[in-house]
Amino acid sequence: MTNHWVDIKNANVVLIMGGNAAEAHPCGFKWVTEAKAHNKAKLIVVDPRFTRSAAMADYYAPIRVGTDIAFLAGIINYLLTHDKIQHEYVKAYTNASFLINDKYKFEDGIFSGYDEKARRYDPSSWGYEIGKDGYAVVDETLKHPRCVFNIMKEHYKRYTPEVVSNICGTPKETFVKVCETIATTSVPDRTTTIMYALGWTQHSQGTQMIRTAAMLQLLLGNIGMAGGGMNALRGHSNIQGLTDLGLMSNLLPGYMTIPFDREQKREDYLKVRTPKPLRPNQMDFPQNFPKWHTSLMKAWYGNAATAKSDFAYDYMPKLDRLYDVLQTFELMYQGKMNGYFCQGFNPLASFPHKAKIGKAFAKLKYLVIIDPLATETSEFWRNVPDYNEVKSEEVQTEVFRLPSTCFAEEEGSLTNSGRWLQWHYKGAEPPGEARGDVEIVADLFLRVRDLYRKEGGAFPDPILNLTWPYLIPQAPSPEELAKEMNGKALEDLADPKDKTKVLFKAGEQLPGFGVLRDDGSTACGCWIYSGCWTQAGNQMARRDNSDPYGVGQTLNWAWAWPVNRRVLYNRASSDPSGKPWDPKRKLVSWNGKAWGGSDVPDMRPDAAPEEHVGPFIMTPEGVARLFAPFGMADGPLPEHYEPFETPVDINPLHPKNPKATANPAARVFKGDMEVFGKSKEFPYAATTYRLTEHFHFWSKHVDFNAVTQPQQFIEIGEELAKEKGIASGQMVKVSSNRGFIKAVAVVTKRIKSLDCNGKKVHTVGIPIHWGFKGVTKNGYIANTLTPFVGDANIQTPEYKAFLVNIEKA
Amino acid sequence: MDMNRRQFFKVCGAGLTGSSLAMLGYSPQPVLAEVRNFKLARTTETRNTCPYCAVGCGVIMYSLGDKAKNAKAEIIHIEGDPDHPVNRGTLCPKGAGLLDFVHSESRLKYPEVREPGSKEWKRISWDEAMTRIAKHMKADRDKNFIAKNADGQTVNRWLSAGFLAASASSNETGYLTGKIVRSLGIVAFDNQARV
Repeated sequence: MTNHWVDIKNANVVLIMGGNAAEAHPCGFKWVTEAKAHNKAKLIVVDPRFTRSAAMADYYAPIRVGTDIAFLAGIINYLLTHDKIQHEYVKAYTNASFLINDKYKFEDGIFSGYDEKARRYDPSSWGYEIGKDGYAVVDETLKHPRCVFNIMKEHYKRYTPEVVSNICGTPKETFVKVCETIATTSVPDRTTTIMYALGWTQHSQGTQMIRTAAMLQLLLGNIGMAGGGMNALRGHSNIQGLTDLGLMSNLLPGYMTIPFDREQKREDYLKVRTPKPLRPNQMDFPQNFPKWHTSLMKAWYGNAATAKSDFAYDYMPKLDRLYDVLQTFELMYQGKMNGYFCQGFNPLASFPHKAKIGKAFAKLKYLVIIDPLATETSEFWRNVPDYNEVKSEEVQTEVFRLPSTCFAEEEGSLTNSGRWLQWHYKGAEPPGEARGDVEIVADLFLRVRDLYRKEGGAFPDPILNLTWPYLIPQAPSPEELAKEMNGKALEDLADPKDKTKVLFKAGEQLPGFGVLRDDGSTACGCWIYSGCWTQAGNQMARRDNSDPYGVGQTLNWAWAWPVNRRVLYNRASSDPSGKPWDPKRKLVSWNGKAWGGSDVPDMRPDAAPEEHVGPFIMTPEGVARLFAPFGMADGPLPEHYEPFETPVDINPLHPKNPKATANPAARVFKGDMEVFGKSKEFPYAATTYRLTEHFHFWSKHVDFNAVTQPQQFIEIGEELAKEKGIASGQMVKVSSNRGFIKAVAVVTKRIKSLDCNGKKVHTVGIPIHWGFKGVTKNGYIANTLTPFVGDANIQTPEYKAFLVNIEKA
Repeated sequence: MDMNRRQFFKVCGAGLTGSSLAMLGYSPQPVLAEVRNFKLARTTETRNTCPYCAVGCGVIMYSLGDKAKNAKAEIIHIEGDPDHPVNRGTLCPKGAGLLDFVHSESRLKYPEVREPGSKEWKRISWDEAMTRIAKHMKADRDKNFIAKNADGQTVNRWLSAGFLAASASSNETGYLTGKIVRSLGIVAFDNQARV
């Protein structure tokens, strides 16, 4: 989230789309209730189903699964057409005035630079026009045809209410009402907050869905404002933490990236990630990248990482491509992997195309499960009639199942969706011989290291030289690990302006990433977490819940990254002269000498407004990008593409160009394009989702939750039920091109058919929570049905929009 | 009788005497015979965070056991933390069921192995499990580690192994896991954030 949970109470309009906060984040949703009760806020819900969030809404708009870009682009067009934008904010804080070079083109759904065979774009034709001074050229009058504002206007003029209604199935008047309500927050003292979740991420165009909404918020002037922002409602208690720590194929802690094969020299690696400012006077905070990277290598490799050894640059593996889960399981399926570890994750149930996942596991030599619960994945080899049909004797995988502690039996921190790191304490011992995750991975590592010490072997250096300063080697403490993430001085750090003054003594915990250095004198395991455990102690364990300004800013409760900042881009809550846009909900403003207010300023504290330092300090331009000249794999501007399995067969915006039906830049593995389901065989749109009472495949092991929703069911609308002769309570068979499930049918008014491009589209709703382990009734794994294709930028699978057929079982 | 939660606990914890019951406003005579203590009065409160979604609701866990050396603490109740600025003492249906998660009959207790081709689990010791796994890892990494790619560039990666990390595990766990996994050269590395 750019903002945080409590801040939602400050909103004037709440848009819940691509998410269902009332059911998936009920305690967070309370802040929507507060906004309605105390701030007269209006709640709008846009969803294929009338969810419990919709039940609380002032206004509900139905939408066809996978068409959110069209809907949001339609709102952008409405705002531009009716001139309902926050003009001063857009001019000063976005790249609306920047000129794009003259090679940029967009034709019938494809941007310039497309390689059809590789399904990839070369983004060089999307770049800014660069002046002789090396800076991007701007036109502050916004009249130039190639300025971002006009390119954007031109691009979105196609998304009229009629076009939106045709693609999304939303009745025109309903759509326009949503636009009108949102447009009321284009004035400086009203804000919309957008709350979204996996309804936007789990699509082949998911990243662009989110980006369209972000553009909307920028046009309305809602980023950096109280009650505004782009608020991702994440799904797990520490998914934010693990993302921040870089536990993904191409990441390092703090969103730094792993080098590519071609970056053989550290200087090349650093250069690309240390951009020069694209406008004068900008902070361009990523200029500090070398400090973060050097400090990380010092934290991990200590004395083996010095200027001489290029800070152990080659110890880090390099990438020739992304090894996300779809790619990994494709390789596993091809027999190219030997071992795999599943810690607290149940991929047989969670990953798309269950049949492929099961077959992939069977090709491994060894599989290690680390979990507090007995999962389906751990028993992928067990024959369970109907639910998991497999010949155990043919599966040669050695499977180890290691019992771990659960949350109640460990100490440490978790990062919530609002970026708050909250410390928790241990209340009991785990059952039996279960051990903590830290002890388990530490034990494994020390044994492997020991084998390398004794026997030698393939490139042992990064293993032998990994810092391991823990007092009990087999049991590093949460305190030691947190302090390592925070970072410390490795030598006395002198003031650069006065070398006789020592700012930090060797061994001292550092106060934040602002003091990190690139010369090897500082160590820091995760630069964005620097400040979480300082010389003053564990900031994450603080419990002062006072809210002195009354806007929900509790700066002394726990600790947020970065540097305890609660609302990102909060400098944008004030106008270019430093006065708050909305004096009634102040965040941060200029007092004549410094920035300050109810939050830690997201700006150099002494940057006078006359210097025109932009609020979006993480971009080299200093302003936010309505047009993205680089960084997006599938285009600088979001465009509507259909899901890979579409009920309307073509893209209504590009009916004659099959290249532009689905996302042209999404990766599709060889052989998969041909097996996507077609509407002839699978006529109904389908989507998967959670119930209020359950959490994925986890809570079916919990008596309390199992009794509330004990049996697998699917949901269909009354019209479809009548068509197929299905009554509520009957067993039905739902099938896709990848397999089938059987479940009880619930016939409901809450899912209506939608008229899209001349077709009546029905949607089948598929809650996910059952499997063949646990105390609920055994059920089919819902992901038997879902497609093995992901988002063009991040490879998140398209769980939320695919095709099925349904019949009585 | 107007008192806050903490005062209430103090009163009940002070012992089951008629005096405390009288303070609660009960007529002492028939109630003095009752020697039952308030269930949570002798528990230890521990602060934790709900492990499910990313709202990060504060929870208070109540365990029996006085933290003496051989006393095994057992959690008997979990409820929302009223001081937490986000959830203010409330929990959703998932959080409300946390006690049954902690005590679920599906909790794993012992290391087990399923041998190739087998239809059953076999209980083994930690030592055997870790020895075998480490041996697999070493053999596989030595055999399949890619120091240089086909173009002779230094890449130092191990592609035949992968790791899925748990997004309900703590930052400290995640940090150490990441550090270890990268030192081995693994790039097939993700957590629930990918899906």
